[in-house]
Amino acid sequence: MYGTRLRLLSTLTAAVLITAYALAAFTAPLDADQGFSQKIFYVHVPMAIVALCGFVFGGIMAIQHLRTRDPSYDLKSYVAIHLSVVLGVGVLLTGGIWARAAWGVWFEWREPTLVSFLIVFLLYCTYQPLRFSIEDPDRQARYASVFAITAGAFVPLNFLAVRLAQPYIHPRVLNDTGGALPTGMKIPFYLALVGMALLFVTLWKYEMAHKHSRAQLRALRRKLGGEAAGAGRTAAPQVHAP
Amino acid sequence: MSSGAAIAALLRKELLLERRVPQVIPGMALFSVVTYVVFRFGLDRTSVEGSLAAGVLWVTLLFAAMLGANRLYVTDHEEGGFDGFLLAPVDRTTLFVAKALAFGLFLVLVEIVAVPAFAVLLLGPGLGAAEVGRLAAVLALADVGIAVIGTLVGALAIQTRARDLILPLIALPMLVPVIISAAKATAPVLAASGAGGLPGRWIALLCLYDLVFGLLAYAVFDFLLED
Repeated sequence: MYGTRLRLLSTLTAAVLITAYALAAFTAPLDADQGFSQKIFYVHVPMAIVALCGFVFGGIMAIQHLRTRDPSYDLKSYVAIHLSVVLGVGVLLTGGIWARAAWGVWFEWREPTLVSFLIVFLLYCTYQPLRFSIEDPDRQARYASVFAITAGAFVPLNFLAVRLAQPYIHPRVLNDTGGALPTGMKIPFYLALVGMALLFVTLWKYEMAHKHSRAQLRALRRKLGGEAAGAGRTAAPQVHAP
Repeated sequence: MSSGAAIAALLRKELLLERRVPQVIPGMALFSVVTYVVFRFGLDRTSVEGSLAAGVLWVTLLFAAMLGANRLYVTDHEEGGFDGFLLAPVDRTTLFVAKALAFGLFLVLVEIVAVPAFAVLLLGPGLGAAEVGRLAAVLALADVGIAVIGTLVGALAIQTRARDLILPLIALPMLVPVIISAAKATAPVLAASGAGGLPGRWIALLCLYDLVFGLLAYAVFDFLLED
C-alpha cells in the first residue's frame, strides 16, 4: 500500500529537483550584493519550509491518532516528525553557511527566522527521547501524539514571538505582497520548493513502506514458528501486520 | 459531583499536602535566592538593571518553576493518586484545572518571596508602587503560561523513565515565547533611567500564549490519563 508507485514518485522527485537546481545554477540571475553565495537560498529556504510543514503535518496526524485510535496515524506522525528533524539539521547547516557568507557569522541572534527555527528544532529533538523513555507502546503512542499536537501549535506562535522581538535583517523571501523575487529567481525557487516537498513525500513513503514490510516479515517469521521476535525497547511505533 | 466541586476538592488536596509537608514552595524559593547569588558571581555584578535585571529575574523564576513542575505529580504517581482519581466519577480535565491552579498559586507564593529578595539583593533601581503594579501584571500573565505548560508537560514527563530530564527539555523551549515577552515587558520597568510603561504588544503576546496553550492543554490533557 505504501510501496505502490514509488518508482514514478522517485523519478518525478529527481526530475523536479534536478530541473530546479539546474535553473538555479545556470539561468537564475546572480544576487546583486551577495553574488554566488546567495544560490544556497534555493536549498535552504525550501528545506526550512518543508521541515516546518512536516512538523505541522505530524501534529495533524497526531490529532487524527487521538481521535480515531488508529495506530497507523501514530506511525505517520512519527515518520513525518523524524524526517523533519533530519531536514532541520540541513536547514541549520545551510543557514549557518549562508549566514557566514552573507553576514560573516555562523549564527546570527538578531535574525528571528533562524532563531525561531533553532528553538523549534531543539523542541522536536526531544521527541525521540520522549518516545524512548516510555515503555508501554500504547502509552508511548498517546504521549507522543500529545507532544506532537502541542509542539505543532507551538511552531507558528514561536515564530510570531521571535519575529516581534527583533528588527529583522533576514531577507523576506515571501512577503505579504506575494514575493519580492524577480521572475528569473522565482521559477527555480518554486520548483525547488515543489521538489523538496516531493522529496519529503517520497522519503516518507519509503520509510512507511519499510516499516510495514518489516512488520509483515516479522509476522511471517512468527507464523513459520521462528523465534517470537522480541522487538526490544524502541522509540519507533510498533506496526502490527494484518 | 460537579466539576467545580471536584476542582475545589483536588485543589484543597494539593494545598493540604503542601501545608502538611512543605516541600515545593520552600524548595523553589530557596533555589531562587541561591540562583541570585550564583548570578551575582557569575556576572560579577553587585547590582543589575534594565534588560539584564529582567533576564536574571526571569531565568531564575523559570528554572525554579521547572523544579516545581518536576515535583507536581510525584505523589500522585508514587502513592497512587492517579488511580484514586481515575476511580472517581469526575471529568478528567478537572485534574488539569486543579493542578494548574495549584501550580499557579505555588508560583505566586514563590514570587512573593523571590521578587522582593531580588529587589533587595540585586536590583539597582528601587521599585515604586507603580513599578510593583506593572511587574505584578506581567508576573501574573507569565505565571498562567508557565503553570499551563508545567502542568501539561509535567503530566507527560511523569510516566517516562527519565522524567526530570524530559521535563525541562520540552518545557524550556516551549516557554521561550513567554520568556521573550516577559523579559521585554519588564525590562523598561526595571530600568535605572526611570521606569517606562508596559509595552502593549508583549502583554498581548503573553495573553495570546496563555489562551492558545490553555485551550490546547485543556483539550489534550485527557489523553495523558487513560490507563
